[in-house]
Amino acid sequence: MNDQIRLVLNGAPRTLPPHQSPTTTLLDWLRAEGLTGAKEGCAEGDCGACTVVLEGADGARTPVNACLCVLGQLHGRAIRTVEGLGPQHTVPRALAEADATQCGFCTPGIVMSAWAHTREGGDPHEALAGNLCRCTGYRPILDAMARMQDDGAAPPAPMVPDSAKFGGFHLPASLDEALALRAVRPEALVLMGGTDLGLRFSEHREHPAQVLCLLNVAEMRGVEVRPTGLRIGAAASYAEWLRACRADAAWAPLVPYLARLGSRQIRGLGTVAGNLGTASPIGDALPVLLALGAVVEVAQLRGVRHIPVGEFLTGYRRNALVPEELIVAIHLPRPPEGAFLAAEKLSRRHDQDISAVSLAALITFEDGVVREARLAFGGMDATARRCAPAEAALRGRPLDDGALAGAGQALDFAPMADWRGSAEFRMEAARGLLRRLALRHAGLPAEIFA
Amino acid sequence: MMDGSSFRLKHAGQALRHDSALKHATGEARFLDDMPEPAGLLHAALVLSPLAHGRLDALDTQAAGAMPGVVRIITPQDIPGENDIAPIATGEVMLAEQMVEHHGQALAIVVAQTRDEALRAAAAVTAAITPLPPVLSIEEGLAREAWIIKPQTMVAGDAAAALEAAPHRLSGEFRAGGQEHFYLEGQIALAIPGEEEEMLVHSSTQHPTEVQHIVARVLGVPYHRVTVQCRRMGGAFGGKESNASWIAAAAALAARLTGRPVKLRLPRRADMAATGKRHPFLYRWKVGFDDAGRLLGLDALLAGDGGHSVDMSGGVVFRALTHALNCYGVPAHRITACAVKTNHVSNTAFRGFGGPQGALLMEEVLHAVAAHLGRDVDQVREANFASRTPYGQELDPSLTRRVLAEAKQDAGWEAKRAEIAAFNAAHPTLRRGLGSFVCAFGISFGIVHLNQAGALVHVYTDGSIRLAHGGTEMGQGLFIKVAQVVAEVFSVPVESVGLSATSTAEIPNTSATAASTGSDLNGWAAHAAATTLRERMAEVAAQHFGCPVEEVVFEDGQIFPGGAGSNKRLTFGELAKLCWKARVSLSATGFYKTPDIHWDATALKGEPFHYFTYGAAVAEVLLDTLTGEHRCLSAHLVQDCGRSLNPAIDLGQIEGAFVQGMGWLTTEELWWDGQGRQRTLGPSTYKIPGSRDVPPVLHTRLLAGSAGRARTLFRSKAVGEPPLLLATAVVNALRDAAGLVHLDLPATPERLLLNLKAIKSGP
Ligand SMILES: Cc1cc2nc3c(=O)[nH]c(=O)nc-3n(C[C@H](O)[C@H](O)[C@H](O)COP(=O)(O)OP(=O)(O)OC[C@H]3O[C@@H](n4cnc5c(N)ncnc54)[C@H](O)[C@@H]3O)c2cc1C
Ligand code: FES
Ligand code: FES
Repeated sequence: MNDQIRLVLNGAPRTLPPHQSPTTTLLDWLRAEGLTGAKEGCAEGDCGACTVVLEGADGARTPVNACLCVLGQLHGRAIRTVEGLGPQHTVPRALAEADATQCGFCTPGIVMSAWAHTREGGDPHEALAGNLCRCTGYRPILDAMARMQDDGAAPPAPMVPDSAKFGGFHLPASLDEALALRAVRPEALVLMGGTDLGLRFSEHREHPAQVLCLLNVAEMRGVEVRPTGLRIGAAASYAEWLRACRADAAWAPLVPYLARLGSRQIRGLGTVAGNLGTASPIGDALPVLLALGAVVEVAQLRGVRHIPVGEFLTGYRRNALVPEELIVAIHLPRPPEGAFLAAEKLSRRHDQDISAVSLAALITFEDGVVREARLAFGGMDATARRCAPAEAALRGRPLDDGALAGAGQALDFAPMADWRGSAEFRMEAARGLLRRLALRHAGLPAEIFA
Repeated sequence: MMDGSSFRLKHAGQALRHDSALKHATGEARFLDDMPEPAGLLHAALVLSPLAHGRLDALDTQAAGAMPGVVRIITPQDIPGENDIAPIATGEVMLAEQMVEHHGQALAIVVAQTRDEALRAAAAVTAAITPLPPVLSIEEGLAREAWIIKPQTMVAGDAAAALEAAPHRLSGEFRAGGQEHFYLEGQIALAIPGEEEEMLVHSSTQHPTEVQHIVARVLGVPYHRVTVQCRRMGGAFGGKESNASWIAAAAALAARLTGRPVKLRLPRRADMAATGKRHPFLYRWKVGFDDAGRLLGLDALLAGDGGHSVDMSGGVVFRALTHALNCYGVPAHRITACAVKTNHVSNTAFRGFGGPQGALLMEEVLHAVAAHLGRDVDQVREANFASRTPYGQELDPSLTRRVLAEAKQDAGWEAKRAEIAAFNAAHPTLRRGLGSFVCAFGISFGIVHLNQAGALVHVYTDGSIRLAHGGTEMGQGLFIKVAQVVAEVFSVPVESVGLSATSTAEIPNTSATAASTGSDLNGWAAHAAATTLRERMAEVAAQHFGCPVEEVVFEDGQIFPGGAGSNKRLTFGELAKLCWKARVSLSATGFYKTPDIHWDATALKGEPFHYFTYGAAVAEVLLDTLTGEHRCLSAHLVQDCGRSLNPAIDLGQIEGAFVQGMGWLTTEELWWDGQGRQRTLGPSTYKIPGSRDVPPVLHTRLLAGSAGRARTLFRSKAVGEPPLLLATAVVNALRDAAGLVHLDLPATPERLLLNLKAIKSGP
């Protein structure tokens, strides 16, 4: 059992002193260590000025928000900061040479996102979604990124996730251990990626006495592809889920949707289990789980339960877990052959924004008309939920604009009003998202960023 | 005097990179919070009002005072000087005394050993407030005649009669929202007390002199006791003028009362709650026009939300008023501008300073007229371009026409129109739209006496040069531009000009780095200082060469007699050493004041601007009529920068301002709840543009061959603010895509969708 936090910082192994608080954020610690490249722009995971990269032993580079991570959860990880690239590195040089800095406050974070991107590839906007720049207008940053190349730097040596305890911060490595701890420490904060809970550390500056961090629990790790669907371990990040969806055409409709959940930084840390744990009406994973009929596997020392997601979500930020239980995995059934699967997100900004309304649909057909429709909405009620009247309105009809407009008239919601939208807007937009399904189904360009 | 207008420039005019670019990217560039902390440092945190309006009966600091690490809790009674942080008026409190006037107003300062302890204790201070009904809208402020800035009216002819007589009449009302600066580096100051009441203040400020004044006022000491320094800011945009001053004063007050250095760095939420924003505006207008779209009479009101105190609202109203007709003319008009008092945070400077708000008026008017007549809006623009502003200053309509024509040409306007029509006919729900915009933006501070600047240049005996001026670096590239000016004067490589932090000890009595005047003013002041030194050095060189002083040439770091046949040469360093030996001073100050500007604030007439800069844009948008979501597909910008001092820097300013303007007009919405509590206090709820929001085609061009006509520095023109207005083209494109004239701003998906719904369901 480890009782000191060990990590690799910019290639050098570090063992933190025993008195180091495990709930200090990575950002505060780095800056106190004199590594002031990473900056605090918001302390809520949104601006990316604090971005650093987790280096995987497999060579993967996961950018994360140093403001949201706490030291305890980083035990056994390798971290690279802007200082770890150095002034000769091509990534910072490319940004400087492209006039991609003005005030420069955002720049170290952008350097780190870009450095991860040189290896991870893909859409550069996706790579930048978690980094705000108020000065440049981004065009020169994108130009610089287009010219960057992977430096080929070798990954760090693998570190086996082991079980550890730093004062009241528990990092169990097995489910048994985790459940035992849960049973004796019901007051402990259950921490996964910390993209919801991290605000307590970074913004509210709390140091809870007892934390149970589940990231290293073997039974909770990874996304497993099964013939029947995906088993998403509770500790698997959104990034892992997204990777699995990208690898299999059956899940392709989810890809653009999941790629808009938070940012690369948030997806590198955040988990579906955390989304279920928070059970917010605007949790983006939830409509998808509802439409596909996902089942949540939960466990306590006395046994395991499999709960359909619709029953798991019991109210506004409430779920069916009893105090001693933990989420172990989410089972996501594969969409039936020939079914139509779609996921729509409406937010003020396309990237890195919380949904005002979201919709996931799974529709099966018989003789060219809808046999069964499962329509699940987020942002429309106290929980994400399906809409039976709208589903019924589609049954037996071809999936066209008329049918979907009809389903829109059947919506039985009285949505909330807040800064993300009035009730009237939410209703109107939910109807719009439904009608968009006809465009998708017909293979037409269906949205502005298509 | 050499001003470069007829010279080939070597240094000024080069597209040089920002002096700190690489250091920004490696993380070596130090922002205030990155500086090593002085021994004994304490941290401060603000206690903020949870209510928008009420009588402050008591503050309970007992529990907080007993919390770990707390050193002191400061309330207004502890202030040795005045509890007044007004930048222009008087009587604006730093810490609320009897009344609480907005949600997030500072009530007290907690000082503790660590920042976390200070923040925790600040959260534990409770205020007993008897709530009063808050004023939360401009309409209500108008109804109560609660003026922050009294209505001022520009009048020409008889607007009422002209409206009455006009063949067509229309009227309308719309709103534009405020805008949070969202500088990435939040407000921060570090105050270090010294001997004999001295106070050294490191502040992230656009206005070191104002920080000095306000710190001195709050501490009750003469200005000479306070030194303010700023090396760089992580963005400012107007948000670090008056707001930086009181943050610094709070830190200095804590430092004075504890006798120890104190840092105050606001968490983002506190920053967004406690510091002012761009003024929201309400517009009401009536216009009369003829069949050709010529405007005959206009009656308009532009009412800004000043928030709870004056701050700089006077200047914002001035600029809204002077830009309300933009580059258009209406023979008979009556245009009133004012700012009302509400229980919002006190609104302040923000890039454009009322100008962008002013220029929105004519866009709705022109679009309404065009729609009414079934004409293209650009025809209506053309019918109304002016050669003089309503207050009597000359405009150059040929430049107005030129920038607009060039932007349309760059965009391929006609072809785009056809493409768009085809797309819109084919797609069931997505709609494209095209919009144009052109503007003339006046350059100078609205207050005449602010148009002055100082600089200090030292030449050392190795030929290296140290440059100081009163301007501050916030990312806009001012330091490199002014260094280029000095390099040009001495004809030395720009690398031999060393930059230094801005300090009130070196340059006194400066103006804010604002109103786009940074390089105009400070560049000229540095030019003057360098020219003084160059003349002194030329005398010494002339003696050395034995030639007349007029013949001494400074070129590429060499000094030589210009006459034929001589091969004598000195390096710049050798000449510097020679000057020293000859006991000639190698240090000079420079001073500049903008010539010829004047303003009669009673008659609202004059020539308040040194010159105008012209800019135009064409934007193309794509709108989803099912959800109201939209994006800008392309933007073509043409901005007049005169003869640019640094095209790379100017390009960055134009693009950055455009995107920031797009944010203001489309996604950035400040949202207050029914009790007047601001609920959009962080980037999770307040959405500035991200990289994907930038149009994939962003084509920016500096207007070619348009050396400034006024005697500007090397015939350059200012660039900081004007291009922000170009984003108005995006709004106009949305009008086109949605088939709307009226659009409240920001044009969020919600506003567009509900407007579309209203059109569909008919009046
Ligand atoms: C900048 C930013 C952007 C975001 N964008 C989005 C977005 O676009 N869409 C969206 O839906 N969300 C978004 N979120 C919210 C957040 O990322 C998600 O809710 C995420 O799923 C939380 O997962 P986590 O692993 O980080 O959870 P944590 O913060 O670690 O935990 C969240 C909750 O779940 C509980 N929990 C976690 N794991 C378990 C378990 N195994 N058993 C029992 N309880 C458990 C925790 O106790 C806690 O109550 C965003 C957050 C941030 C900071
Ligand atoms: S500080 Fe803004 S994301 Fe971490
Ligand atoms: S350069 Fe200033 S925020 Fe990006």
